[in-house]
Amino acid sequence: MRKLKEFFVERFILICGLASIFFVVLIFLFLAKEGLAVFKSVRPLDFLLGRNWYPISEPAQLGILPLICGSLLVTLGAAIISIPIGVACAVYIAEIAPLKIKEVLKAGIELLAAIPSVVLGFIGMVTLVPWVKTTFNLPTGLTALSGSIILAFMAMPTIVSVAEDALYSVPKTYKEGAFALGATHWQTIYRVLLPAASSGIVAAVMLGIGRVIGETMAVMMITGNAAVIPHSILVPVRTLTATIAAEMGEAVVGSEHYFALFAIGIVLFIISFIINVTADLFLHKRH
Amino acid sequence: MDNKIKMRAQKVNFFYGKVQALKDINLAVHANCVTAMIGPSGCGKSTFIRLFNRMNELLPHTLLKGKVFLDDLDINSPLVDAVDIRRRVGMVFQKPNPFPKSIFENISYGLKVNGVREKDYIAGKVEESLKKAALWDEVKERLGESALRLSGGQQQRLCIARCLAVENEVILFDEPCASLDPISTAKIEELIMELKKSYSIVIVTHNMQQAARVSECTGFFLLGELVEFGKTQDIFTAPKDKRTEAYITGRFG
Repeated sequence: MRKLKEFFVERFILICGLASIFFVVLIFLFLAKEGLAVFKSVRPLDFLLGRNWYPISEPAQLGILPLICGSLLVTLGAAIISIPIGVACAVYIAEIAPLKIKEVLKAGIELLAAIPSVVLGFIGMVTLVPWVKTTFNLPTGLTALSGSIILAFMAMPTIVSVAEDALYSVPKTYKEGAFALGATHWQTIYRVLLPAASSGIVAAVMLGIGRVIGETMAVMMITGNAAVIPHSILVPVRTLTATIAAEMGEAVVGSEHYFALFAIGIVLFIISFIINVTADLFLHKRH
Repeated sequence: MDNKIKMRAQKVNFFYGKVQALKDINLAVHANCVTAMIGPSGCGKSTFIRLFNRMNELLPHTLLKGKVFLDDLDINSPLVDAVDIRRRVGMVFQKPNPFPKSIFENISYGLKVNGVREKDYIAGKVEESLKKAALWDEVKERLGESALRLSGGQQQRLCIARCLAVENEVILFDEPCASLDPISTAKIEELIMELKKSYSIVIVTHNMQQAARVSECTGFFLLGELVEFGKTQDIFTAPKDKRTEAYITGRFG
Protein backbone atom coordinates (compact mmCIF):
# COMPACT_ATOMS: atom_id res chain seq x y z
CA MET A 1 0.00 0.00 0.00
CA ARG A 2 2.74 2.42 0.99
CA LYS A 3 4.66 1.46 -2.09
CA LEU A 4 1.67 2.24 -4.23
CA LYS A 5 1.32 5.64 -2.64
CA GLU A 6 5.01 6.29 -3.16
CA PHE A 7 4.61 5.29 -6.80
CA PHE A 8 1.75 7.73 -7.41
CA VAL A 9 3.43 10.60 -5.62
CA GLU A 10 6.58 10.12 -7.63
CA ARG A 11 4.67 9.96 -10.89
CA PHE A 12 2.69 13.05 -9.99
CA ILE A 13 5.85 15.05 -9.28
CA LEU A 14 7.38 13.80 -12.51
CA ILE A 15 4.35 15.00 -14.47
CA CYS A 16 4.52 18.41 -12.82
CA GLY A 17 8.17 18.62 -13.73
CA LEU A 18 7.56 17.64 -17.32
CA ALA A 19 4.60 20.02 -17.61
CA SER A 20 6.82 23.09 -17.62
CA ILE A 21 8.93 21.73 -20.44
CA PHE A 22 5.81 20.61 -22.25
CA PHE A 23 4.33 24.10 -22.12
CA VAL A 24 7.52 25.72 -23.37
CA VAL A 25 7.62 23.34 -26.30
CA LEU A 26 3.94 23.98 -26.97
CA ILE A 27 4.44 27.74 -26.93
CA PHE A 28 7.39 27.47 -29.24
CA LEU A 29 5.52 25.22 -31.66
CA PHE A 30 2.59 27.62 -31.76
CA LEU A 31 4.92 30.57 -32.32
CA ALA A 32 6.70 28.69 -35.08
CA LYS A 33 3.48 27.60 -36.77
CA GLU A 34 2.04 31.12 -36.84
CA GLY A 35 5.28 32.98 -37.35
CA LEU A 36 6.95 30.94 -40.05
CA ALA A 37 3.92 31.48 -42.29
CA VAL A 38 5.12 35.02 -42.96
CA PHE A 39 8.03 33.64 -44.95
CA LYS A 40 5.60 32.57 -47.69
CA SER A 41 5.35 36.20 -48.69
CA VAL A 42 8.69 37.65 -47.56
CA ARG A 43 12.15 36.10 -47.61
CA PRO A 44 13.74 35.60 -44.14
CA LEU A 45 16.65 37.90 -44.96
CA ASP A 46 14.37 40.66 -46.20
CA PHE A 47 12.32 40.26 -43.07
CA LEU A 48 15.31 40.55 -40.71
CA LEU A 49 17.24 43.20 -42.64
CA GLY A 50 14.46 45.11 -44.37
CA ARG A 51 14.59 48.79 -43.49
CA ASN A 52 10.87 49.55 -43.76
CA TRP A 53 8.09 48.45 -41.47
CA TYR A 54 4.79 49.38 -43.14
CA PRO A 55 2.63 46.37 -42.31
CA ILE A 56 -0.67 47.80 -43.54
CA SER A 57 0.34 49.53 -46.73
CA GLU A 58 -0.30 47.86 -50.12
CA PRO A 59 1.84 45.86 -50.68
CA ALA A 60 2.92 45.46 -47.03
CA GLN A 61 6.58 46.11 -46.28
CA LEU A 62 7.72 43.85 -43.48
CA GLY A 63 11.32 44.71 -42.60
CA ILE A 64 12.04 44.55 -38.88
CA LEU A 65 15.56 46.00 -38.88
CA PRO A 66 14.34 49.32 -37.38
CA LEU A 67 12.64 47.38 -34.58
CA ILE A 68 15.73 45.25 -33.90
CA CYS A 69 17.86 48.39 -33.87
CA GLY A 70 15.37 50.08 -31.55
CA SER A 71 15.42 47.17 -29.12
CA LEU A 72 19.21 46.90 -29.20
CA LEU A 73 19.74 50.64 -28.77
CA VAL A 74 17.40 50.90 -25.80
CA THR A 75 18.90 47.77 -24.26
CA LEU A 76 22.46 48.97 -24.79
CA GLY A 77 21.64 52.33 -23.24
CA ALA A 78 20.00 50.64 -20.28
CA ALA A 79 23.00 48.33 -19.89
CA ILE A 80 25.48 51.21 -19.93
CA ILE A 81 23.53 52.96 -17.19
CA SER A 82 22.58 49.99 -15.05
CA ILE A 83 25.71 47.83 -15.09
CA PRO A 84 28.15 50.22 -13.38
CA ILE A 85 25.55 51.44 -10.90
CA GLY A 86 24.19 47.95 -10.26
CA VAL A 87 27.59 46.32 -9.73
CA ALA A 88 28.81 49.19 -7.56
CA CYS A 89 25.63 48.93 -5.51
CA ALA A 90 26.17 45.17 -5.12
CA VAL A 91 29.75 45.75 -3.95
CA TYR A 92 28.55 48.34 -1.48
CA ILE A 93 25.85 46.07 -0.08
CA ALA A 94 28.00 42.95 0.04
CA GLU A 95 31.20 44.48 1.32
CA ILE A 96 31.03 47.98 2.66
CA ALA A 97 27.62 48.84 4.06
CA PRO A 98 27.08 48.52 7.80
CA LEU A 99 24.46 45.94 8.71
CA LYS A 100 21.57 48.39 9.16
CA ILE A 101 22.13 50.25 5.89
CA LYS A 102 22.51 46.90 4.17
CA GLU A 103 19.06 45.78 5.33
CA VAL A 104 17.47 49.05 4.25
CA LEU A 105 19.17 48.95 0.85
CA LYS A 106 18.20 45.34 0.20
CA ALA A 107 14.59 46.10 1.06
CA GLY A 108 14.73 49.13 -1.21
CA ILE A 109 16.06 47.10 -4.10
CA GLU A 110 13.32 44.52 -3.64
CA LEU A 111 10.77 47.29 -3.61
CA LEU A 112 12.16 48.64 -6.86
CA ALA A 113 11.70 45.19 -8.38
CA ALA A 114 8.11 45.16 -7.20
CA ILE A 115 7.05 48.35 -9.01
CA PRO A 116 4.86 47.34 -11.97
CA SER A 117 6.40 48.36 -15.26
CA VAL A 118 3.37 50.39 -16.25
CA VAL A 119 3.86 52.53 -13.16
CA LEU A 120 7.51 53.10 -14.02
CA GLY A 121 6.44 53.97 -17.56
CA PHE A 122 3.89 56.40 -16.25
CA ILE A 123 6.36 58.10 -13.94
CA GLY A 124 8.83 58.27 -16.81
CA MET A 125 6.22 59.83 -19.03
CA VAL A 126 5.35 62.67 -16.70
CA THR A 127 8.79 63.38 -15.22
CA LEU A 128 11.61 62.01 -17.35
CA VAL A 129 10.21 62.73 -20.80
CA PRO A 130 9.73 66.50 -20.26
CA TRP A 131 13.16 66.65 -18.63
CA VAL A 132 14.84 64.97 -21.62
CA LYS A 133 12.95 67.27 -23.95
CA THR A 134 14.08 70.49 -22.30
CA THR A 135 17.59 69.38 -21.36
CA PHE A 136 18.55 68.31 -24.85
CA ASN A 137 16.30 70.84 -26.54
CA LEU A 138 14.43 68.23 -28.59
CA PRO A 139 11.09 68.35 -30.39
CA THR A 140 9.97 65.41 -28.25
CA GLY A 141 11.20 63.77 -25.08
CA LEU A 142 9.89 60.37 -26.14
CA THR A 143 13.31 58.99 -27.08
CA ALA A 144 15.49 55.93 -26.81
CA LEU A 145 17.35 57.69 -23.99
CA SER A 146 14.20 58.01 -21.89
CA GLY A 147 13.48 54.33 -22.49
CA SER A 148 17.05 53.39 -21.53
CA ILE A 149 16.89 55.30 -18.26
CA ILE A 150 13.60 53.76 -17.19
CA LEU A 151 14.69 50.29 -18.25
CA ALA A 152 17.93 50.74 -16.30
CA PHE A 153 15.76 51.02 -13.20
CA MET A 154 14.10 47.76 -14.12
CA ALA A 155 17.36 45.93 -14.73
CA MET A 156 18.99 47.22 -11.57
CA PRO A 157 17.21 45.01 -8.99
CA THR A 158 18.14 41.85 -10.89
CA ILE A 159 21.74 42.93 -11.39
CA VAL A 160 22.17 44.04 -7.80
CA SER A 161 20.64 41.00 -6.15
CA VAL A 162 22.34 38.37 -8.33
CA ALA A 163 25.71 40.16 -8.24
CA GLU A 164 25.42 40.61 -4.50
CA ASP A 165 24.78 36.87 -4.13
CA ALA A 166 27.84 36.16 -6.26
CA LEU A 167 30.04 38.44 -4.16
CA TYR A 168 28.61 37.04 -0.95
CA SER A 169 29.37 33.48 -1.99
CA VAL A 170 33.06 34.18 -2.59
CA PRO A 171 34.72 32.15 0.18
CA LYS A 172 35.54 34.32 3.20
CA THR A 173 39.00 32.76 3.20
CA TYR A 174 39.94 34.67 0.03
CA LYS A 175 39.13 37.89 1.74
CA GLU A 176 41.07 36.96 4.85
CA GLY A 177 44.01 35.88 2.74
CA ALA A 178 44.11 39.20 0.93
CA PHE A 179 43.80 41.21 4.12
CA ALA A 180 46.51 39.17 5.79
CA LEU A 181 48.88 40.13 2.99
CA GLY A 182 48.36 43.76 3.76
CA ALA A 183 45.85 44.55 1.03
CA THR A 184 43.54 47.48 1.65
CA HIS A 185 39.80 46.98 1.53
CA TRP A 186 39.56 48.35 -2.00
CA GLN A 187 42.50 46.24 -3.22
CA THR A 188 40.78 43.20 -1.78
CA ILE A 189 37.52 44.03 -3.52
CA TYR A 190 39.08 44.95 -6.83
CA ARG A 191 41.74 42.29 -7.17
CA VAL A 192 40.28 39.32 -5.31
CA LEU A 193 36.54 39.52 -4.75
CA LEU A 194 35.46 40.92 -8.11
CA PRO A 195 37.57 38.48 -10.17
CA ALA A 196 36.43 35.57 -7.99
CA ALA A 197 32.79 36.58 -8.44
CA SER A 198 33.17 37.56 -12.08
CA SER A 199 31.15 34.73 -13.59
CA GLY A 200 28.27 35.40 -11.22
CA ILE A 201 28.44 39.09 -12.02
CA VAL A 202 28.35 38.43 -15.75
CA ALA A 203 25.34 36.20 -15.18
CA ALA A 204 23.71 38.99 -13.19
CA VAL A 205 24.26 41.41 -16.04
CA MET A 206 22.88 38.95 -18.59
CA LEU A 207 19.76 38.34 -16.53
CA GLY A 208 19.29 42.07 -16.14
CA ILE A 209 19.62 42.57 -19.88
CA GLY A 210 17.25 39.68 -20.50
CA ARG A 211 14.68 41.48 -18.42
CA VAL A 212 15.23 44.73 -20.34
CA ILE A 213 14.95 43.26 -23.81
CA GLY A 214 11.68 41.54 -23.00
CA GLU A 215 10.14 44.58 -21.31
CA THR A 216 7.16 46.01 -23.13
CA MET A 217 4.88 48.35 -21.26
CA ALA A 218 7.31 50.99 -20.06
CA VAL A 219 9.14 51.24 -23.39
CA MET A 220 5.93 51.49 -25.31
CA MET A 221 4.89 54.44 -23.19
CA ILE A 222 8.06 56.48 -23.42
CA THR A 223 10.13 55.65 -26.48
CA GLY A 224 7.91 57.34 -29.03
CA ASN A 225 7.21 54.27 -31.17
CA ALA A 226 8.62 55.44 -34.48
CA ALA A 227 9.69 52.46 -36.56
CA VAL A 228 12.72 54.16 -38.06
CA ILE A 229 16.34 53.11 -37.87
CA PRO A 230 17.70 55.38 -35.11
CA HIS A 231 20.80 57.47 -35.77
CA SER A 232 21.20 58.73 -32.24
CA ILE A 233 19.95 57.94 -28.77
CA LEU A 234 17.93 61.15 -28.76
CA VAL A 235 15.34 60.10 -31.33
CA PRO A 236 12.13 58.10 -30.92
CA VAL A 237 12.48 54.37 -31.52
CA ARG A 238 10.22 51.39 -31.49
CA THR A 239 11.17 48.07 -29.96
CA LEU A 240 10.23 44.53 -31.00
CA THR A 241 8.09 44.08 -27.91
CA ALA A 242 6.23 47.36 -28.28
CA THR A 243 5.43 46.52 -31.89
CA ILE A 244 3.73 43.28 -30.97
CA ALA A 245 1.81 44.84 -28.10
CA ALA A 246 0.69 47.85 -30.09
CA GLU A 247 -0.31 46.13 -33.30
CA MET A 248 -1.63 42.72 -32.32
CA GLY A 249 -5.04 44.19 -31.51
CA GLU A 250 -5.54 45.60 -34.96
CA ALA A 251 -3.93 42.90 -37.09
CA VAL A 252 -6.42 40.77 -38.99
CA VAL A 253 -6.11 37.14 -37.95
CA GLY A 254 -4.46 35.15 -40.72
CA SER A 255 -3.12 38.22 -42.51
CA GLU A 256 0.52 38.79 -43.40
CA HIS A 257 0.73 41.39 -40.66
CA TYR A 258 -0.54 38.90 -38.10
CA PHE A 259 2.03 36.30 -39.13
CA ALA A 260 4.79 38.92 -39.13
CA LEU A 261 4.02 39.84 -35.52
CA PHE A 262 4.39 36.18 -34.56
CA ALA A 263 7.67 36.06 -36.44
CA ILE A 264 8.84 39.02 -34.32
CA GLY A 265 7.86 36.90 -31.34
CA ILE A 266 10.17 34.16 -32.60
CA VAL A 267 13.03 36.64 -32.95
CA LEU A 268 12.47 37.84 -29.38
CA PHE A 269 12.23 34.30 -28.14
CA ILE A 270 15.56 33.45 -29.73
CA ILE A 271 17.28 36.57 -28.36
CA SER A 272 16.04 35.94 -24.80
CA PHE A 273 16.92 32.30 -25.10
CA ILE A 274 20.50 33.11 -26.09
CA ILE A 275 20.84 35.62 -23.26
CA ASN A 276 19.46 33.20 -20.68
CA VAL A 277 21.64 30.35 -21.84
CA THR A 278 24.71 32.58 -21.68
CA ALA A 279 23.76 33.67 -18.18
CA ASP A 280 23.27 30.04 -17.22
CA LEU A 281 26.64 29.03 -18.59
CA PHE A 282 28.31 31.71 -16.50
CA LEU A 283 26.31 30.83 -13.41
CA HIS A 284 27.32 27.19 -13.61
CA LYS A 285 30.94 28.00 -14.27
CA ARG A 286 31.03 29.10 -10.67
CA HIS A 287 30.39 25.68 -9.24
CA MET B 1 64.80 32.82 26.44
CA ASP B 2 67.62 35.04 25.33
CA ASN B 3 66.26 36.48 22.08
CA LYS B 4 64.62 39.84 22.17
CA ILE B 5 60.88 40.16 22.48
CA LYS B 6 59.21 40.60 19.10
CA MET B 7 55.54 40.74 20.01
CA ARG B 8 53.85 41.14 23.32
CA ALA B 9 50.30 40.93 24.57
CA GLN B 10 49.58 42.92 27.69
CA LYS B 11 46.46 42.29 29.78
CA VAL B 12 44.46 41.33 26.75
CA ASN B 13 40.73 40.80 27.13
CA PHE B 14 38.61 40.11 24.09
CA PHE B 15 34.87 39.93 23.59
CA TYR B 16 32.60 38.62 20.86
CA GLY B 17 29.50 40.64 21.63
CA LYS B 18 28.98 39.92 25.33
CA VAL B 19 30.90 36.66 25.36
CA GLN B 20 34.38 36.99 26.75
CA ALA B 21 36.75 34.94 24.59
CA LEU B 22 40.05 35.90 26.20
CA LYS B 23 40.75 36.75 29.83
CA ASP B 24 43.68 38.85 30.99
CA ILE B 25 46.36 37.40 28.80
CA ASN B 26 50.02 38.38 29.07
CA LEU B 27 52.41 36.70 26.70
CA ALA B 28 55.62 37.51 24.87
CA VAL B 29 56.77 36.12 21.54
CA HIS B 30 60.53 36.11 21.05
CA ALA B 31 62.33 36.83 17.82
CA ASN B 32 63.62 33.88 15.78
CA CYS B 33 61.68 31.41 17.86
CA VAL B 34 58.63 29.29 17.31
CA THR B 35 55.95 29.94 19.89
CA ALA B 36 53.15 27.38 19.99
CA MET B 37 49.63 27.79 21.34
CA ILE B 38 47.86 24.61 22.35
CA GLY B 39 44.49 23.89 23.90
CA PRO B 40 41.14 22.30 23.15
CA SER B 41 38.81 23.68 20.46
CA GLY B 42 37.16 26.94 21.35
CA CYS B 43 39.71 27.85 24.00
CA GLY B 44 40.58 31.15 22.33
CA LYS B 45 43.99 30.36 20.87
CA SER B 46 43.02 31.25 17.30
CA THR B 47 41.23 34.37 18.49
CA PHE B 48 44.39 35.27 20.34
CA ILE B 49 46.83 35.06 17.46
CA ARG B 50 44.43 36.92 15.19
CA LEU B 51 44.98 39.89 17.51
CA PHE B 52 48.62 39.98 16.41
CA ASN B 53 47.70 41.14 12.91
CA ARG B 54 44.40 42.80 13.76
CA MET B 55 42.35 40.25 11.82
CA ASN B 56 39.60 40.22 14.44
CA GLU B 57 38.64 43.72 13.41
CA LEU B 58 37.08 42.26 10.29
CA LEU B 59 34.42 40.61 12.46
CA PRO B 60 31.49 42.70 13.64
CA HIS B 61 30.72 43.33 17.31
CA THR B 62 34.09 42.57 18.81
CA LEU B 63 35.86 44.42 21.57
CA LEU B 64 39.50 44.38 22.59
CA LYS B 65 40.83 45.60 25.91
CA GLY B 66 44.52 45.64 26.65
CA LYS B 67 47.47 46.18 24.38
CA VAL B 68 49.44 44.30 21.77
CA PHE B 69 52.93 45.42 20.86
CA LEU B 70 55.04 44.75 17.79
CA ASP B 71 58.57 45.66 18.83
CA ASP B 72 57.63 48.73 20.83
CA LEU B 73 54.74 49.80 18.67
CA ASP B 74 51.23 49.64 20.12
CA ILE B 75 49.56 48.09 17.07
CA ASN B 76 46.05 49.16 18.08
CA SER B 77 46.93 52.79 18.57
CA PRO B 78 44.72 55.04 16.46
CA LEU B 79 47.83 56.32 14.66
CA VAL B 80 48.65 52.87 13.32
CA ASP B 81 47.07 51.56 10.12
CA ALA B 82 45.96 47.92 10.28
CA VAL B 83 47.18 47.49 6.70
CA ASP B 84 50.76 48.34 7.76
CA ILE B 85 50.61 45.86 10.61
CA ARG B 86 49.40 43.09 8.30
CA ARG B 87 52.28 43.84 5.96
CA ARG B 88 54.70 43.19 8.81
CA VAL B 89 52.81 40.32 10.41
CA GLY B 90 51.74 37.67 7.92
CA MET B 91 49.31 34.84 8.45
CA VAL B 92 48.80 31.32 7.16
CA PHE B 93 45.34 29.91 7.71
CA GLN B 94 43.95 26.57 8.76
CA LYS B 95 42.52 25.77 5.38
CA PRO B 96 44.85 26.57 2.47
CA ASN B 97 43.32 29.62 0.83
CA PRO B 98 45.14 30.38 -2.41
CA PHE B 99 43.33 32.88 -4.62
CA PRO B 100 41.61 31.45 -7.70
CA LYS B 101 44.46 32.74 -9.84
CA SER B 102 47.67 31.29 -11.22
CA ILE B 103 50.51 30.17 -8.98
CA PHE B 104 52.58 33.13 -10.10
CA GLU B 105 49.79 35.64 -9.49
CA ASN B 106 49.12 34.26 -6.05
CA ILE B 107 52.59 35.29 -4.99
CA SER B 108 52.87 38.49 -6.99
CA TYR B 109 49.55 39.65 -5.54
CA GLY B 110 51.06 40.56 -2.18
CA LEU B 111 53.82 42.52 -3.91
CA LYS B 112 51.39 44.33 -6.15
CA VAL B 113 49.13 45.45 -3.33
CA ASN B 114 52.25 46.80 -1.68
CA GLY B 115 52.96 48.93 -4.70
CA VAL B 116 55.73 46.91 -6.38
CA ARG B 117 55.56 47.27 -10.15
CA GLU B 118 58.92 46.21 -11.67
CA LYS B 119 58.38 42.92 -13.47
CA ASP B 120 61.90 41.56 -13.07
CA TYR B 121 61.87 42.17 -9.37
CA ILE B 122 58.48 40.46 -9.03
CA ALA B 123 59.62 37.43 -11.05
CA GLY B 124 62.77 37.14 -8.93
CA LYS B 125 60.80 37.47 -5.73
CA VAL B 126 58.29 34.81 -6.82
CA GLU B 127 61.10 32.35 -7.47
CA GLU B 128 62.88 33.19 -4.24
CA SER B 129 59.71 32.82 -2.17
CA LEU B 130 58.77 29.52 -3.79
CA LYS B 131 62.27 28.23 -3.14
CA LYS B 132 62.13 29.27 0.48
CA ALA B 133 58.78 27.53 0.81
CA ALA B 134 60.28 24.36 -0.74
CA LEU B 135 57.76 24.42 -3.56
CA TRP B 136 59.83 25.73 -6.48
CA ASP B 137 60.92 22.36 -7.85
CA GLU B 138 57.37 21.07 -7.91
CA VAL B 139 55.82 24.06 -9.69
CA LYS B 140 58.53 25.81 -11.69
CA GLU B 141 57.26 24.30 -14.93
CA ARG B 142 53.70 25.46 -14.41
CA LEU B 143 53.65 28.85 -12.76
CA GLY B 144 50.80 29.91 -15.02
CA GLU B 145 48.49 27.13 -13.90
CA SER B 146 45.63 27.75 -11.48
CA ALA B 147 46.74 27.43 -7.88
CA LEU B 148 43.55 25.52 -7.14
CA ARG B 149 44.92 22.53 -9.04
CA LEU B 150 47.72 21.99 -6.54
CA SER B 151 47.35 19.41 -3.79
CA GLY B 152 46.34 20.57 -0.30
CA GLY B 153 49.91 20.44 0.99
CA GLN B 154 51.25 22.31 -2.02
CA GLN B 155 48.52 24.92 -1.63
CA GLN B 156 49.50 25.46 1.97
CA ARG B 157 53.17 25.90 1.02
CA LEU B 158 52.04 28.32 -1.68
CA CYS B 159 50.23 30.31 0.99
CA ILE B 160 53.43 30.34 3.02
CA ALA B 161 55.40 31.47 -0.04
CA ARG B 162 52.81 34.20 -0.57
CA CYS B 163 53.52 35.40 2.93
CA LEU B 164 57.31 35.26 2.50
CA ALA B 165 57.19 37.37 -0.64
CA VAL B 166 56.03 40.44 1.24
CA GLU B 167 58.94 40.13 3.69
CA ASN B 168 57.04 39.93 6.92
CA GLU B 169 58.81 39.98 10.25
CA VAL B 170 56.39 37.69 12.02
CA ILE B 171 54.36 34.82 10.56
CA LEU B 172 51.28 33.53 12.33
CA PHE B 173 50.25 29.97 11.57
CA ASP B 174 46.65 29.15 12.48
CA GLU B 175 46.56 25.34 12.58
CA PRO B 176 48.42 25.14 9.26
CA CYS B 177 48.38 21.35 9.12
CA ALA B 178 44.83 20.68 10.28
CA SER B 179 43.67 19.67 6.82
CA LEU B 180 46.87 18.00 5.59
CA ASP B 181 48.18 14.45 5.44
CA PRO B 182 51.22 13.38 7.54
CA ILE B 183 53.76 13.78 4.73
CA SER B 184 52.61 17.30 3.88
CA THR B 185 52.56 18.05 7.59
CA ALA B 186 56.16 16.93 7.93
CA LYS B 187 57.17 19.21 5.08
CA ILE B 188 55.44 22.21 6.61
CA GLU B 189 57.06 21.51 9.98
CA GLU B 190 60.47 21.27 8.36
CA LEU B 191 59.76 24.57 6.66
CA ILE B 192 58.76 26.22 9.92
CA MET B 193 62.04 25.10 11.53
CA GLU B 194 63.90 26.64 8.61
CA LEU B 195 61.90 29.87 8.62
CA LYS B 196 62.49 30.66 12.25
CA LYS B 197 66.08 31.58 11.35
CA SER B 198 64.79 34.74 9.76
CA TYR B 199 61.28 35.19 11.17
CA SER B 200 59.43 35.10 14.43
CA ILE B 201 56.80 32.43 14.31
CA VAL B 202 53.60 31.82 16.22
CA ILE B 203 51.73 28.60 15.59
CA VAL B 204 48.35 27.46 16.84
CA THR B 205 47.97 23.72 16.82
CA HIS B 206 45.68 20.97 18.01
CA ASN B 207 48.49 18.54 17.70
CA MET B 208 50.60 18.39 20.85
CA GLN B 209 53.35 16.37 19.20
CA GLN B 210 53.62 19.10 16.63
CA ALA B 211 54.00 21.75 19.31
CA ALA B 212 56.64 19.62 21.02
CA ARG B 213 58.53 19.06 17.76
CA VAL B 214 58.68 22.59 16.39
CA SER B 215 58.41 25.10 19.19
CA GLU B 216 60.69 26.67 21.78
CA CYS B 217 57.88 28.12 23.85
CA THR B 218 54.38 26.85 24.42
CA GLY B 219 51.28 28.41 25.85
CA PHE B 220 48.35 26.32 27.05
CA PHE B 221 44.93 27.93 26.66
CA LEU B 222 41.76 26.79 28.35
CA LEU B 223 38.37 28.54 28.21
CA GLY B 224 39.92 31.86 27.25
CA GLU B 225 42.64 31.78 29.87
CA LEU B 226 46.33 31.31 29.35
CA VAL B 227 46.82 28.58 31.94
CA GLU B 228 50.53 28.16 31.53
CA PHE B 229 53.25 29.60 29.35
CA GLY B 230 56.90 28.67 29.27
CA LYS B 231 59.61 26.71 27.53
CA THR B 232 58.12 23.88 25.53
CA GLN B 233 60.32 21.37 27.29
CA ASP B 234 59.07 22.43 30.69
CA ILE B 235 55.44 22.48 29.67
CA PHE B 236 55.61 18.96 28.34
CA THR B 237 57.82 17.36 30.95
CA ALA B 238 57.09 19.28 34.12
CA PRO B 239 53.86 21.27 33.83
CA LYS B 240 53.18 23.41 36.86
CA ASP B 241 49.42 23.50 36.53
CA LYS B 242 47.25 20.44 36.99
CA ARG B 243 45.03 21.39 34.06
CA THR B 244 48.04 21.53 31.74
CA GLU B 245 49.15 18.15 32.95
CA ALA B 246 45.69 16.70 32.44
CA TYR B 247 45.54 18.06 28.90
CA ILE B 248 48.95 16.94 27.72
CA THR B 249 48.54 13.51 29.16
CA GLY B 250 45.31 13.26 27.23
CA ARG B 251 42.79 13.20 30.00
CA PHE B 252 40.58 15.73 28.24
CA GLY B 253 40.45 17.89 25.16
